[in-house]
Amino acid sequence: MFKYLKQLTSLVAMVAVLFTFTTESMAAKKSKTLKNTQKKGFVRCGVSQGLPGFSNADAAGNWTGVDVDVCRAVAAAVLGDANKVKFTPLSAKERFTALTSGEIDILSRNTTWTLSRDADIGLTFVGVNFYDGQGFMVRKSSGITSTSQFKDGISACTNIGTTTELNMRDFFNSKGISYEPVAFEKADEVVAAYDAGRCDTYTTDKSGLAAQRTKMKNPDEHIVLPETISKEPLGPVVRQGDAVWEDIVRWSLNTMIEAEEYGITSANADMMKTSDNPAIKRLVGAEGELGAAFGLDNDWSLRIIKQVGNYGESYKRNIADTGILPDRGPNQLWTKGGILYVPPAR
Amino acid sequence: MNFKLKDIVPQLITVLAVVLVFGFFTYNAQINMENRGIDFGYGFLSQESSFDVQFSLIEYDGSHSYFRAYLVGLLNTILVSVIGIIIATILGVIVGIARLSPNYLINKFAAFYVEFFRNIPLLLQIFFWYFAALRALPLPQDAEAMFGVFFLTIKGLYVPAFIWQNFNIFFYSIVAAIISIIVIRAHAKKVQENQGKQIPVFLISVGLIFILPLLSFLIGGVRLSFEVPVLKQLATTSFIYEGGVSLPPELIALTLSLSLYTATFIAECVRAGIQGVGKGQKEAAASIGLTPNQVLKLVIMPQALRIIIPPTTNQYLNLTKNSSLAAAIAYPDLVLVFAGTALMQTGKAIEIVSITMFTYLTLSISISILMNWYNKKIAIQEK
Repeated sequence: MFKYLKQLTSLVAMVAVLFTFTTESMAAKKSKTLKNTQKKGFVRCGVSQGLPGFSNADAAGNWTGVDVDVCRAVAAAVLGDANKVKFTPLSAKERFTALTSGEIDILSRNTTWTLSRDADIGLTFVGVNFYDGQGFMVRKSSGITSTSQFKDGISACTNIGTTTELNMRDFFNSKGISYEPVAFEKADEVVAAYDAGRCDTYTTDKSGLAAQRTKMKNPDEHIVLPETISKEPLGPVVRQGDAVWEDIVRWSLNTMIEAEEYGITSANADMMKTSDNPAIKRLVGAEGELGAAFGLDNDWSLRIIKQVGNYGESYKRNIADTGILPDRGPNQLWTKGGILYVPPAR
Repeated sequence: MNFKLKDIVPQLITVLAVVLVFGFFTYNAQINMENRGIDFGYGFLSQESSFDVQFSLIEYDGSHSYFRAYLVGLLNTILVSVIGIIIATILGVIVGIARLSPNYLINKFAAFYVEFFRNIPLLLQIFFWYFAALRALPLPQDAEAMFGVFFLTIKGLYVPAFIWQNFNIFFYSIVAAIISIIVIRAHAKKVQENQGKQIPVFLISVGLIFILPLLSFLIGGVRLSFEVPVLKQLATTSFIYEGGVSLPPELIALTLSLSLYTATFIAECVRAGIQGVGKGQKEAAASIGLTPNQVLKLVIMPQALRIIIPPTTNQYLNLTKNSSLAAAIAYPDLVLVFAGTALMQTGKAIEIVSITMFTYLTLSISISILMNWYNKKIAIQEK
């Protein structure tokens, strides 16, 4: 009797092994990162250590911001729940290593898309969720209203490990001004040092300046100068080598932008299922089989719109209503005079 | 064949295990880097760095190579370590002796200092000196001159620069003074051993070190003038000092916190060393008629040093390694410049971290070798 039992168990074990092998190989074809994410039950997302409007945690530990919403959109698409995200706050210095070493699966941390980052260090940028440029902040009382008033010996506070450091050098060199760079590892320390009077100017992306200004002792004492000295397209990044995961993140972001274009919001998404426009019907999953290409169900995009909202809602909630940058500037849809333009979802 | 199998087998297994573990990590890193299209190599060191550094001992700007940036960081680390070690040693010795003082006030004050500073985390102290103490400093335009020439401001300490004429003559005069002091000391020692006569070496040394450089001024044509920092306006409320030498507040805060922290440990080493010398030694020395100064210098200290040096070496190593906390307050040391900015701009994480680790290892081992040599020199020599 025992002998039979033994044989039976080994048979069951063999079948089980075979079965896992087949499902393994199918899932592996799909995406290793997707498979791991579904197994863990949450999306691992790298964010900033606190940049209001982009990624910032409140006292209760809830993360909000447009960068955070990209990760939430992916979680809604992949796991069905926008709250199933584990956020890892990272400094500018740590961020790429955290991604390439596999500690996080999406880096959504106001990161500038550049050639060397995209091609050289094992990263892939999936798109742009904020068009930005580097600027300068000064104290109002200094009387400086333009970068042309900068003089030799000016000290500039900034973050290490950013494109800011490189742009700053290019800018001051081209103007022939000697300057003192004071570079900190954490944004909070940059703000504290500038606020204390250590530096004459604080330079980073303009969105960052606007956001950090709200953290100053007295925000009204500071102004952001009108000049923009660089292009800073900020967007989410994934590891190189998982094309399906890359597509999922790219199209989660694109879905938010395209939803705004077609006027689909978190409030009216369900009603849009009966729309006459096939493009809208595809976005809310009422037509076509778009999700299958990623190994997802057909409601993935509907969940993004319902749970996170479209890009415009996200911008309004995080950046405009908080008074950081009420004017959308270039981050307006191409149909409304901005440069937000995404490929069609079809 | 002297050794047995059971002696070497465990050793072989250990070596094999170490090799395997390293091999596994190397292989793993290689595979993963290949999968993600990351190249491995040190070629980036000769590329243009294209970032500037706030404070550098050698000529450097963004047009130099990454290797040059590495040197800048390394020299800044060495600078802060050397200054820190000197201040920490002086302060540590004073406080250590003060803790043994029979004077209640001095004794308790020293004890309070030691307990206070060694029990607060160093990073917190660095933040305190940089962010709290710095905020209290005046802006350049409000700064009051100390002695008419020093200006301590939120943007740094501005001191006059020395402008030398015929500096080399002055330099040689100091070298000459040092050499003659060494010769005189050797001679005095001989005289004392042979004839028992004592020559006032200390007074002669002090005299030489002052008189020879003074002569270089009087007859050597050496001239020294000072360039005093002058306030310059950048904008309505924005000023800096021009001319002279400026010490960045980051350097000041870091040196201050490192030396105040490490001095507490050195003070305890010194106290332990002095208390470790038997009471009888002091009494015996006094009974043969040595003055209290001579007792300390000739009997207590030589024996105490043997106890003090080894643990103090550890403190020197700690200070050097702790200087890497500089990154928190923007002092451009090796970690901030090389393992920070350079790593970010190139993405060469494994290469740069390995170079940085190797550099700290080399620094620590050099200090260790130096201190061991000194320790051997003062050890008891059996005759």
